[in-house]
Amino acid sequence: MELKGTQILLESLKREGVDVLFGYPGGAIIDIYDEIPRHPEIRHVLVRHEQAAVHAADGYARASGKVGVCLVTSGPGATNTVTGIATAYCDSIPLVVLTGQVPTKLIGNDAFQEVDIVGITRPCTKHNFLVKDIRDLARVLRQAFFLARSGRPGPVLVDLPKDVMLASTEFVWPEDVYMRSYNPTYKPNLNQLRRSVEELARASRPVILAGGGVITSDAAEVLTQLSRELRIPVVSTLMGLGAFPADDELWLGMVGMHGAYAANMALNNADLLLAVGVRFDDRVTGRISAFASHARIVHIDIDPTSIRKNVEVDVPVVGDCAQSLAGLLEICRARKEAVDWPSRHAEWLKTLEGWKQDKPLTYQEGGDIKPQAVVELLYKLTGGDAIIATEVGQNQMWAAQFYTFTRPRTLLTSGGLGTMGYGFPAAMGAQMAFPDKLVVDIAGDGSIQMNIQELATVAYNKLPVKILILNNQHLGMVRQWQELFFDRNYSYTNMEAQPDFVKLAEAYGVEGYRITEASMLEEVLRKALASPNPAIIDVRVEREENVYPMVPAGAALDEMLLV
Amino acid sequence: MRHVLSVLVENEPGVLSRVAGLFSGRGFNIESLNVAPTLESGVSHMTVTTSGDEQIVEQIIKQLHKLVTVIKVVDFNELAAVEREMMLLKVQAESSMRGEILRMVDIFRCKVVDVSPNEMTIEATGNAEKLQAIISLFQRFGIKELARTGSVAMRRSMQPDA
Repeated sequence: MELKGTQILLESLKREGVDVLFGYPGGAIIDIYDEIPRHPEIRHVLVRHEQAAVHAADGYARASGKVGVCLVTSGPGATNTVTGIATAYCDSIPLVVLTGQVPTKLIGNDAFQEVDIVGITRPCTKHNFLVKDIRDLARVLRQAFFLARSGRPGPVLVDLPKDVMLASTEFVWPEDVYMRSYNPTYKPNLNQLRRSVEELARASRPVILAGGGVITSDAAEVLTQLSRELRIPVVSTLMGLGAFPADDELWLGMVGMHGAYAANMALNNADLLLAVGVRFDDRVTGRISAFASHARIVHIDIDPTSIRKNVEVDVPVVGDCAQSLAGLLEICRARKEAVDWPSRHAEWLKTLEGWKQDKPLTYQEGGDIKPQAVVELLYKLTGGDAIIATEVGQNQMWAAQFYTFTRPRTLLTSGGLGTMGYGFPAAMGAQMAFPDKLVVDIAGDGSIQMNIQELATVAYNKLPVKILILNNQHLGMVRQWQELFFDRNYSYTNMEAQPDFVKLAEAYGVEGYRITEASMLEEVLRKALASPNPAIIDVRVEREENVYPMVPAGAALDEMLLV
Repeated sequence: MRHVLSVLVENEPGVLSRVAGLFSGRGFNIESLNVAPTLESGVSHMTVTTSGDEQIVEQIIKQLHKLVTVIKVVDFNELAAVEREMMLLKVQAESSMRGEILRMVDIFRCKVVDVSPNEMTIEATGNAEKLQAIISLFQRFGIKELARTGSVAMRRSMQPDA
């Protein structure tokens, strides 16, 4: 049967299992929007800015593990997606971004709302396509979804010229996808796994470093098993939070610039580092020459470019994290007789426990409301049964440090790109995936203003997202750097000029709460979280609180500034 | 160290810019790069001459592999290979100099492909060192124009025992 491009697009989305589409209409995609109401299986969420459409699709993808999809028009619609695409690319999040384009015969003529979005997004997509012929459309969409979710996932952009959407052709859905130039390695090399186990068996001070790859490949369970059976302590990157239960005795904390003392000390004193699904970002390693300098390193990752990019590795394992860890565990179990795993690391665990007790994550109580206390209370009230999104800056670090993440896919945060304005739309996306779950965006008063227009989206769609603003009336993280490293020259980090967030919430038809006294914190927060409606909770916190520990830029991980 | 890489790619619009963008975006060197069709339609062959230490070149090769349109990457430094580059050279050639120039053309097995009363255009082929030697020797006559293709390379059929 002959179908129009717009129909092929919608049919293809359904075949890929797409149930939610975040979008914003415009001239170049008006024909696609004409078709959308005929496909009620796909729920469309009208955002208020295209950047939010991408972040929402991203939050949907992180929370659900499925591919997030968004649809925007050509020109400015397309360029507004770039920050969102780069965010997803840095954190390996599967997205398909559909952009409208001017008719093929106008491409290159500087037509109205024309932009070379394929050219612009080439360095920040896993791959991208311009569909010039209607006969390629179904195949390209199939490949786009395949590329987005397979291997190391990432965003894929498909540019759709208006005339191609209006042309017709026989709709043939390709059952299989094959691209000879694209073959990700899932199955790890058995010899490399055996070598890794040799390293584990020799080590007396091992530590597992879990990254975002553990969550992406659904390897949290097998990682936890491995850690518990072999009694190997676990640290994680920001992206790896939730890969291992943070209430477990073997958990040491997040590593890096604002990592826990015991976690950073563990890295720089270990004799073996089992790094899983990490890419050794500079915020994780600190000064690279001092990083894990006493450790042999086993590095598991599905992307060969991650291995030996920043850090020299002794045993590289290219493969899916879940399959690789399962393989490791199997070999270790077979060697149970030869190696007494549980007792091997007893002394090391005692040292680590000492560090944990000696210098736990902490803050000074008293005075104004402490942002850390707000996050701790949020954990207490939710029992961890919530999806937490964050913005970027101090709010993000306090969320990472003081919320006890025990399950994968419960933290949505822009780790690699550090995109302010990410959290709120991402929370919206997660709420679309899990309508009955509590979704909270831990925000700062700076970040929240970067995509605050989405209050209209949550109000209209009745998405009960809770925005918890840790309001210190500062761009707090930059202010902290200015205090510590720029002689308190507080250049443009004061945010006292800000809207009344409660009135703003009400103007949008969203609930607004303000908390100014510690005594009212629990009661009001409890009430707001229990509301079936979206809400802003504006918590006025200590204005000059800093995030500690802190490893100054360029310092080694064990050179931490503490509270 | 200098490396010559052979890169087989799907011949799609934008593939050159994907490869070039990878090098510029990640700060890798490109000494020369050429692209041409292969016997198989839809597949192009690129030869990229680059340089960097072992870790950098390993990254370059891995990053090239990671591009979805790249089918195959071969590092000719790991193989016995022939490498050639072609160059066109327009030199000042007054009649008094012609004999000398033609002797040089002969010695380096070049070809004269264009002549005018006081210029000669010479076609030369060889590896990078040979072309460099030719350039330095012709410099004293006066080189007016120079065009080079960049290297192409091919694996030798007989590989020394590993």
